Amino acid sequence: MAAAQPEGMDYLSSLPRRLVTVYLPLAIMLFVLLFPFYWMATTTFKPDAELYDYAKYNPFWVAHPTLEHIKKLLFETSYPDWMLNTMVISVSSTALSLFCSVSAAYAIERLRYRGSHYVGLAIFLAYLVPPSILFIPLATMVFQLGMFDSDWALILTYPTFLVPFCTWLLMGYFRTIPYELEECALIDGASRLQILLKITLPLAVPGLISAGIFAFTLSWNEFIYALTFISSSENKTIPVGAITELVEGDVYHWGSLMAAALLGSLPVVILYSFFVEHYVSSLTGAVKE
Amino acid sequence: MAVQMQAALGASAKRGRLRLDDSRGVLGFVFMLPAAVLLLLFLTYPLGLGLWLGVTNRSIGGTGHFVGFANFRSLLDDSVFRLVVFNTLFYTVVASAVKFGLGLYLALLLNHRLPFKAILRAVVLLPFVVPTVLSAIAFWWLYDSQFSIISWVLVKLGLIHRYIDFLGEPWNARWSLIAANIWRGIPFVAITLLAGLQTIPPSLYEAATLDGASRWQNFRYVTFPMLTPIIAVVMTFSVLMTFTDFQLVYAITKGGPVNATHLMATLSFQRAITGGQLGEGAAIADAMIPFLLAAILFSYFGLQRRKWQAGGRD
Repeated sequence: MAAAQPEGMDYLSSLPRRLVTVYLPLAIMLFVLLFPFYWMATTTFKPDAELYDYAKYNPFWVAHPTLEHIKKLLFETSYPDWMLNTMVISVSSTALSLFCSVSAAYAIERLRYRGSHYVGLAIFLAYLVPPSILFIPLATMVFQLGMFDSDWALILTYPTFLVPFCTWLLMGYFRTIPYELEECALIDGASRLQILLKITLPLAVPGLISAGIFAFTLSWNEFIYALTFISSSENKTIPVGAITELVEGDVYHWGSLMAAALLGSLPVVILYSFFVEHYVSSLTGAVKE
Repeated sequence: MAVQMQAALGASAKRGRLRLDDSRGVLGFVFMLPAAVLLLLFLTYPLGLGLWLGVTNRSIGGTGHFVGFANFRSLLDDSVFRLVVFNTLFYTVVASAVKFGLGLYLALLLNHRLPFKAILRAVVLLPFVVPTVLSAIAFWWLYDSQFSIISWVLVKLGLIHRYIDFLGEPWNARWSLIAANIWRGIPFVAITLLAGLQTIPPSLYEAATLDGASRWQNFRYVTFPMLTPIIAVVMTFSVLMTFTDFQLVYAITKGGPVNATHLMATLSFQRAITGGQLGEGAAIADAMIPFLLAAILFSYFGLQRRKWQAGGRD
């Protein structure tokens, strides 16, 4: 971090001034950004009587916390199945994408075969193709390939947005590993595969974690493919299940809906909290290259 | 710097050439194979297939045949489609502009000397990390016509007298969705711009301040020009994501009331998957491509500008 102190001249402004120009607006922004989560959490633990009676109970606080909504979600709906599906699909598609991306990024950056520059550019363009224009043709393909309503439909289609992203990120990462290390290994008689497995990959572990974490959260969040390619209740993922199965007619069970949102967000949030730096570096790395 | 790196790489590549040349093409092919197969099969081919479906009258379960531009002609006459194009452009322009403004502001705030800076940054990014559909459900609840906490607070404060019908009125619904989209998009813009801000050398500000530049001039003539390339890229991504948005609308309003919040992506889903008219739905998806190309070109020229700013040739 060469530019660690861009705020170098902050000492010139006084505390009251900073209070109004920095802390106050920041506090307002944070409040707005975090309030929906607070609301999600309190609704989850409120009994129905409190949920719909703002006159008697202060809506901002939970007077009698209950686990009723979570119990209903776990034992009366297919939520545990969705959780398992989402986990299996996210892990598999991330692993598959990482495997493809590592070898592709290594080939583009290090083997530098003829035309690799253009392939790198094509990967960047592929990164810009949104799922919203691919889901219709993909739906017909998934159907013809007999994968409709199975995990495979998602495991094989998620890489369409994960591979370009991971490859682009890893290309940037491989570029920072000194070429000389590989040359030394080459001179010592190592094969290309040995160099990749024993020298480049161990050095690229932080990049791999970044790409993996980001790919995992992207697959966990994915919605439009999962909505289109999966039809039976027990095969759905959390986002799709929550929106299509938990609403019965016009009756919204806000308690269990919020419990579903909270529980569905927890895995990614926990993962994120352990790897914030990696997550941020993949987010900013992908734009900065 | 980049040029030196290139030169160094070129030189070392030449040194290694004797040993590598015979196997490089073959190895490159083998290493590219898994990614290439996946992307050609599930990205390039469907992209072409989508264009083809747009000029057929294929329906779910039917075979369909070539109908030329009939789908596009009927869309042009379709008042719903025209409304949806307006919705999409309005949604994209307003949401992106506000996301940029507030995102840049938040980035500048976070760039100050602050206690617990790392934690603050981690917390700010939360709306972006949490699955969109799940936070959308929370917004759906916040916008409830009877139990909206926003209405409740405003009534208590005496600012309004009746609960706001957030999702029942066309314009209310549009603004509500835009607000939810902005909420989710600000962290992305803020954190990436913050990363850009941190690469600006503090000496530039010191020099400008010594020359008598005001705070605003510091921002206008130092921060902004230094940030332009990254702004171009970030905003391209932001515009792309907003323009092709599907999840928020599908989760909160499903396009209602009376198509007021339908976007091109949700309309294409409705016609193709719910309604079974794959050809027509694909045509709507295809109609998004020119807009996306425009955004990508914008990004390309944004990146071009980076070269001369780094001191390279134009």
